[in-house]
Amino acid sequence: MDTTINDAKSEIYDPSRKMLDVSRIREDFPILQRQVHGKRLVYLDSAATSQKPNCVINALSFFYRTINANIHRGVHTLSEESSSAYEALREKIANFIGGVDARGIVFTRNTTESLNMVALSWGKSNIKEGDEILLTEMEHHSNLVPWILLAKETGAVLKHIPVTDNGTLDMAAFYKLLNKKTKLVSVSIVSNVLGTINPVEEIIDAAHKNGSVTVLDGAQSVPHIVTDAKTLDCDFLAFSAHKMLGPTGIGVLYGKPEILEQMEPYLGGGGMIEQVELCNATWAEIPWKFEAGTPNYADVAAFSSAIDYLERIGMGVIREHEKEITEYAVEKLLEFDDLILYGPQDPEIQAGVFTFFHNKIHPHDLSTILDRDGIAIRAGHHCAQPLMMKYKIPATARASAYIYNDKEDIDELVESLNKAKRFF
Amino acid sequence: MEKDDLEILYQETILDHFKNPRGMKKCEHCTAEKQGYNPLCGDKVDMSVRINEDNTIEDMQVLSQGCAISVASGSMLAELLPGKNITEVREISDAFFEMMQGKPMPDEIDYGDLDTLEGVNKFHSRVKCALLAWKTLKEILIDWEKEKASK
Repeated sequence: MDTTINDAKSEIYDPSRKMLDVSRIREDFPILQRQVHGKRLVYLDSAATSQKPNCVINALSFFYRTINANIHRGVHTLSEESSSAYEALREKIANFIGGVDARGIVFTRNTTESLNMVALSWGKSNIKEGDEILLTEMEHHSNLVPWILLAKETGAVLKHIPVTDNGTLDMAAFYKLLNKKTKLVSVSIVSNVLGTINPVEEIIDAAHKNGSVTVLDGAQSVPHIVTDAKTLDCDFLAFSAHKMLGPTGIGVLYGKPEILEQMEPYLGGGGMIEQVELCNATWAEIPWKFEAGTPNYADVAAFSSAIDYLERIGMGVIREHEKEITEYAVEKLLEFDDLILYGPQDPEIQAGVFTFFHNKIHPHDLSTILDRDGIAIRAGHHCAQPLMMKYKIPATARASAYIYNDKEDIDELVESLNKAKRFF
Repeated sequence: MEKDDLEILYQETILDHFKNPRGMKKCEHCTAEKQGYNPLCGDKVDMSVRINEDNTIEDMQVLSQGCAISVASGSMLAELLPGKNITEVREISDAFFEMMQGKPMPDEIDYGDLDTLEGVNKFHSRVKCALLAWKTLKEILIDWEKEKASK
């Protein structure tokens, strides 16, 4: 199996510069070799999805070429190999997020489905009229809409921790909002718009003392910062493979086994049952109880290579690298007097997400102009319309960094932003 | 020197409409109004129109919030359509939708500044910006037609 990785970790990371050797990392990402409009691709849209290294692309093709068989329901060699690859990843992920119990790892399609599963399964049996669900103003639609649906059905009340002007959570307001009616607190660890790293440890601690169940949206944190579900002691953690070098179509819901055991299945079908009669059925044990139908086992195999890749670099090193880029990008973007930069502007509490608004150029126009220089950023509301409304802007431009970006990419962004002014 | 795609996209006429959009006040005694949204990007138009007994547009206002392309397209629409009969309006609208798919505008139609938006079709993700006001206009005309039929 081809697992080509620049394996000499110490050589990839330069501790004196606190930066990864990006030129070597880029060699592992075939898409970064291509050109866009005749320019080198400067990919600054990893908060939307990350690019994939060769080892992940090859693992997917290797799986289909050599192992492919449906899992769990066969006793032939291929099915056994396929099943063990699938189950082995459960263990790997459990270790990756802090050494939690692998029985608590449920495979889904994406973070959105993971959060919906909590709302639909845990929520429907535990939330009643008048109960409060506490969220934040900075959530992605995927951590807002499932709760809106649940509240409509149950009569629960939604509350939101406000966001301050510097893009952090108003913690004083959090303590005031938390009360005996608060049954559930669901918060993103890292904001997909502001890059803010939220004090989730403190939030979980207070929520648990209050008797509330805690859910973490880890979509923007698990790929970028050490996310230790065991130490955080969260009840649920949701994230996606595609933002962390893995394939699309795989999400993870981690839930504490004792809570998952109490939950009703989310979908019914093959694979999630113990016994089925015509009018009755009993459920399989967790986590299989939540995995109805043929799962996306081939992409799970490719996801395994993504985790190997990240572990070989080290999540701590990745965070250091992104901190350096964040410090540099914030400094450079603040030099523009016609740009409003959102977020904390402090690398200690900000991941590599830079959201800005140009007072003369609409984000879409900006994005089109940057694209002609080969620079990929995102323009729009970033699935966070309530946050846009709060800041009274229709949309913003967002650049986001990962292991294959360096300060030169930020320089190119800055140069292209300067050039964009010529049209307006 | 030949203009590149971007220079064509952001040419003077378009930027003029963006910076000084026409038809940015609410239409008085309007006969129909409609809001149009682009849920993917948050762009918005607030369109109001007064159509008289002879099926002629007397006033057309398009309050836009959005990128240069969507604002300019709405502004051109507001500038061009007053005084025109609904039949002509439909011809212009159909021709504009076709132009956004890469087909040339027919010569015999008066399309004001609209031909300057031709370059947008080279930027696939931006076609929806240029069409927002025109899609809203289509909906207005459907409503207007229904109301007329019910009278």
